Amino acid sequence: MNPYLDISQVSIEFPTASGPFKALSDVNLQIGKGEFVTLIGHSGCGKSTVLNIVAGLYQATTGGVILDSKEVNEPGPDRSVVFQNHSLLPWLTAYENVELAVKQVYKGRPKQEVKSWVEHNLALVHMSHAMHKRPSELSGGMKQRVGIARALSMEPKVLLMDEPFGALDALTRAHMQDSLMEIQTRLNNTVIMITHDVDEAVLLSDRIIMMTNGPAATIGEIAEVNLPRPRNRVELAGNEDYNHIRAQVLKFLYERQTKPTENVA
Amino acid sequence: MNTRVLSAIEGFNMTRAFSTLQKYQDINWSKIPGIIFSKLGIPAIAIIIFLLVWGGIASRIHTSLGQLPGPIQVWGQVISLVAEHKAERAKEAAFFVRQEVRNAKTLAANPDAKVKIRPYTGKKTFFDQILTSIITVMTGFIFASLIAIPVGIMCGLSTTIYAALNPLIQTFKPVSPLAWLPIVTIIVSAVYVSNDPMFEKSFVTSAITVMLCCMWPTMINTTVGVSSIDKDLINVSRVLRLGWFTHIIKIVLPSSIPMMFAGLRVSLGIGWMVLIAAEMLAQNPGLGKFVWDEFQNGSSNSLARIMVAVFTIGIIGFLLDLLMLMLQRAVSWDKNAQLR
Repeated sequence: MNPYLDISQVSIEFPTASGPFKALSDVNLQIGKGEFVTLIGHSGCGKSTVLNIVAGLYQATTGGVILDSKEVNEPGPDRSVVFQNHSLLPWLTAYENVELAVKQVYKGRPKQEVKSWVEHNLALVHMSHAMHKRPSELSGGMKQRVGIARALSMEPKVLLMDEPFGALDALTRAHMQDSLMEIQTRLNNTVIMITHDVDEAVLLSDRIIMMTNGPAATIGEIAEVNLPRPRNRVELAGNEDYNHIRAQVLKFLYERQTKPTENVA
Repeated sequence: MNTRVLSAIEGFNMTRAFSTLQKYQDINWSKIPGIIFSKLGIPAIAIIIFLLVWGGIASRIHTSLGQLPGPIQVWGQVISLVAEHKAERAKEAAFFVRQEVRNAKTLAANPDAKVKIRPYTGKKTFFDQILTSIITVMTGFIFASLIAIPVGIMCGLSTTIYAALNPLIQTFKPVSPLAWLPIVTIIVSAVYVSNDPMFEKSFVTSAITVMLCCMWPTMINTTVGVSSIDKDLINVSRVLRLGWFTHIIKIVLPSSIPMMFAGLRVSLGIGWMVLIAAEMLAQNPGLGKFVWDEFQNGSSNSLARIMVAVFTIGIIGFLLDLLMLMLQRAVSWDKNAQLR
């Protein structure tokens, strides 16, 4: 059976003043429908580049991405993105930000249906109480919730999250992770999420993709996370499997990938 | 039950009254005189010093038109210009009354007679000229903005269009209105030919000159504003696959409004300065023509009258800028932004 999302032989080069810079080299990854995958790696290793190629914002130099038997060539709402810095339009309210996406994706839906769908998605991320506020009136976590609601409202085939909780404090982040797991149990989306938080990766993922350092970064190791769901961060703290996977990821990041020179194949 | 409602209302009012009281207590009364002094006192003192220095210097300068007028003589001309305006309006009213009476008489004698209704053709007062100037500058400015904003948006969105237009923009930007005026005058005379023109040629010439000189700051600022939109917002637009029109309305315009308005305000300021020069030479019956006529007139009052015009031009320029600021506040999405 063909995988739902197939990233095959993806390499990308960026032109620079001193010749082309090879950021990614031969990235191969198959993701099944409903799978939650995290990409982890040091800063600048090309995690975001992978995500942007799947989103269609960048074009791979060689190789390609196939989603649901169709090649990805340009950005589209079937691969909605949750950006790191929320990227809400500051002149629109939370409601209007989601509404813009809904109106664009479901053109010609009756007004009442659009309204209830927008409200449904905001309720999903627990933002009903503040839906008529502008982003400047919302806290960082609330803005990110609206960003997630906007991405979910498009009912994407794959949800792409680029360090969505990176800018949040630890408590808010834990709260957001719980919300995300709760939404995931309900909707069972296919998700690719970028993080550099090991605990977050183990807590949320079905698989953790560890990336080597750039340039010419690629996938170094893959860890399967077979912990039962629903997961609870407090209970997992003493779980042997959890700690084993956590140690595996930490070892990869801090022993095998500390110095970029070790990466030269 | 009634008493409960009543007491609830009373309680509500009590808390409100209390909080108001507290607000007043929060004010530091001892600071009030200082605030009043710095907001009103300091500017007032500065103005008084300016007037004294002006009066002192003016009394020492003797020109071909007599002594240079000081603040008192200029104020005297303000009063006389107002009086002339009132007198002219009274004459106009009297003219129409006479015309009506005459026409009524003619009609009474012969109901089929054709009565003539003539417009009043008295001389334009200072205040009529102010109005003409404002209408002219606004016409030029609005047309300039209608060209500059779309062109600026196109330049901001497309590097190709920017590369094509930038040399032209940079070349035309520094050209003086006095250089444009002869060309505009001759072209308007050649092209704008009509037996019953809707607008005076002098008006069209002045407005076009204003337009040519004041479109550049708006155009350049709009370009910069549009090309510096947050890249993430553009990515949002790409992921949503917004059409170009929605992209411009929902993303490009709102995010470039601050820069655009900075440009519009500079443009209107330049337009107002250009207008006075253009009116002088094109003889558009506005403030520029007023200054020119007084200069040619050369009476003992002329200098004081020109100075009245100078202050009027300055104050109107200031008010036009305030108007733009208010407009910017009205359309800006970020109500907390410091606009000055």
